[in-house]
Amino acid sequence: MNADLVIIVTAILVSAASALLGTFLVLRRMALLSDAIAHAVLPGIVLAYWLTGGERASLPALLGASAAGLLTVSLVEWLSRTGKVKNDAAIGIVFPALFSLGVLAVSLYFRNVHLDMDAVLYGEIAYAPFNTHPVGGLEVPESWLVMGSLFLLNLGFVLLFYKELKLATFDAGLAAALGFAPGALHYALMALVSITSVGAFQSVGAILIVAFLIVPPATAFLLTRRLPVMIGLALGVGVVSSLVGYGLAIWLDASIAGMMATVAGLCFALAFLFAPQEGYLSRWLRRKRERLEVAARLLVAHLAHHDRAVPEPEALEEFGWNPRFLQQVKDRAVQQGWLEVVAEGLRPTPAGLAISRGRLVPEG
Amino acid sequence: MTAHSTTDAQPPLSVRDLTVVYHEKPVLWDIDWEVPAGRLCAIVGPNGAGKSTLLKAVLGLLPRASGQVWFFGKTLAQARARIAYVPQRGTVDWDFPTSVLDVVMMGLYGRLGWFKRPGAPEREAALRCLEQVSMQALAHRQIAQLSGGQQQRVFLARALAQNADLYFMDEPFAGVDAVTEEAILRVLHQLKQQGKTVVVVHHDLETVRAYFDHLTLLNVQVIASGPMEATFTPENLKRTYGERMTGASLPMAPSG
Repeated sequence: MNADLVIIVTAILVSAASALLGTFLVLRRMALLSDAIAHAVLPGIVLAYWLTGGERASLPALLGASAAGLLTVSLVEWLSRTGKVKNDAAIGIVFPALFSLGVLAVSLYFRNVHLDMDAVLYGEIAYAPFNTHPVGGLEVPESWLVMGSLFLLNLGFVLLFYKELKLATFDAGLAAALGFAPGALHYALMALVSITSVGAFQSVGAILIVAFLIVPPATAFLLTRRLPVMIGLALGVGVVSSLVGYGLAIWLDASIAGMMATVAGLCFALAFLFAPQEGYLSRWLRRKRERLEVAARLLVAHLAHHDRAVPEPEALEEFGWNPRFLQQVKDRAVQQGWLEVVAEGLRPTPAGLAISRGRLVPEG
Repeated sequence: MTAHSTTDAQPPLSVRDLTVVYHEKPVLWDIDWEVPAGRLCAIVGPNGAGKSTLLKAVLGLLPRASGQVWFFGKTLAQARARIAYVPQRGTVDWDFPTSVLDVVMMGLYGRLGWFKRPGAPEREAALRCLEQVSMQALAHRQIAQLSGGQQQRVFLARALAQNADLYFMDEPFAGVDAVTEEAILRVLHQLKQQGKTVVVVHHDLETVRAYFDHLTLLNVQVIASGPMEATFTPENLKRTYGERMTGASLPMAPSG
C-alpha cells in the first residue's frame, strides 16, 4: 500500500480522535491534565508489555494505560482535595512521578524490547506502513486499525453522550442535580483520553499528542461560540495540520509528527491574530475605534463651550494630543457630522452640539 | 422551630441534625429546619454564615458529616424531579459556547432522561420560560454576550423549565439591574400563586421583609425560623449578626 497514504490517514485518524475529546478538555479547563495523562500512561504501557512479554501489545497496553491514566486523575484530585497542594502543583507532582517510574522501568528491564524512550516520547509515524495486520485477506496498516477503532469509540462516546457531556461541562452541579452522574462521565472522558494517548503514542509520541488534543480545539474556540461548530472546526484544523504538516515534512525532510504539531500551532497563531471576533487584530481595531469615538466626543464637547471656532494648536494644547492623533479624531468627528473645519479653526455642527449635551457613552 | 403543624401533606423540606464540616471546622452545626409549603422563604445571615453551604448540603452537592434531609417526605433521589436549584451565576463559565435557548433547555434534560435529545416541544417550552423573564428576544444570543442581570434571568428561566414544586435560589438578587430585580420578583410571586415553595439565599436586610413572607436566620446554626413578622425582630437579628449591630442600624422601618 502507498506509504504516503498510510501515514496521512493515520495522522488524520489521530487528530480526529484527539480533537473530539480535546474539545471537552479545553472547555473543562483540563488541558494540563491531558498532558499529565499522556506522560503518566507510560508505566501502564510498560506493565502491559511486561505482563504479555510481547513485542507489541495493543489491547493490554490500551487497558494498562487507561488504568494509569485514571490513577493519575484520581491521585491529582485526591492531592488537591487535601487542601495542602494546589491543583496545578498536584498535576506537576503526580505525572513526573508516574512518568519517571515508567522511564526507570524501560531503562532497567526493556533494553532489548522494541520500546525505547525515543519512540515513547516522539513516536515514529513514518514506521506506520511497515506494521500491517491481515484483515479478510488484506494487509491493513495496524495504525489504521488502532486509531480507526479509537476514532469510532470517541465519536460514539461524543454522539451518544453529547447532551450529557454538554450539561456536565457547562454546569456539573445541575448535571448532578438532574441525576446525570457527571463524575462517571468525567472518568469515562479521562479513560478515553488515556486510551487515545496510548493508541497515538506509537505514531506521534507522548509529548506531541497534547498538541493534537489541545491545539485544534483551542483554535476552534477562538473562531466560534457554538459547540457543534467548535467540534467541527477542531476536526478541520486537525485534518489540515495533518495534510499540510506531512507535505512540509516531506519537502523539508523533517520530523513528520513534529511538523504536523507545528502547523497546528501556526493555525492557532493565525486564529489568535485574525479571528473575526476574538482575534487580536479585530480587538485592537475595535479598541482603537472606541478610543477615537470617545476622543471625538470629548473634542466636540470642549468646542461646544466656546462661541467661536477654536484654532487647532489650542485644541492640541488643551488635550495634550499629538497632531497625528488630532487629525484622526478630527476625521472621525467630521465623518460623524459633529464637526466642521473652518478657516479660523474647529467648530461643532448643530449635530455636534446636540451630542455634546447628551451622554458620552453611546447607547447599547 | 416552626410553629406550623401541617396536617395534610409532608413539608417540602425537612432537615434534621444537619452538620457540615470543612477542613475540620463546622460550617453548619446541628441544623433542624423546616420550610412550609407555598411560602417565599429567605435565608439571611452574615458573611460566612453558611447560607450557600446549607443549600448545597441539602441538595447533596456537598458531603454532610451528619443529618437527614427529606423533600415532601421522600429522599432526594425520589424527589429529584420536583426540585430546581438556581446556583450563583459565577459558578459556571459564561464563555461556554452555547446559546441562551440551549441553556434554558438544559432545565428539561431531567425529564428527557439519558440519550434522548431535545426537540421542538422542548424549544417551545424553553421559549415560554424565557418570555416569563422578558428574555425571549435574546433566545439565540450566545451566552458570552449577556450582562450579569441577563445571566441571572437565563438561570431563572432554566429553573422555571424544570417545572419543580420546590425552588432553591442562591443570591439571585446579588448585583443585578433593576429590570432583572423586577423580573425575579414577578417570577417569585407567580410561583407562589401556583402554590410552589421557594427558598432564597438573600443578603439584603432592607428588602427582605418586602420580598419574602418566611424567614430563616442563619449563622452556622439556625438562629430563628418562622413567619416573617414574628421572626424579623431586633433580638433575633442581634443574635444572628452579633452585638455590634445596634437597634439604630437595623432596618426596622415599615417597608414598601
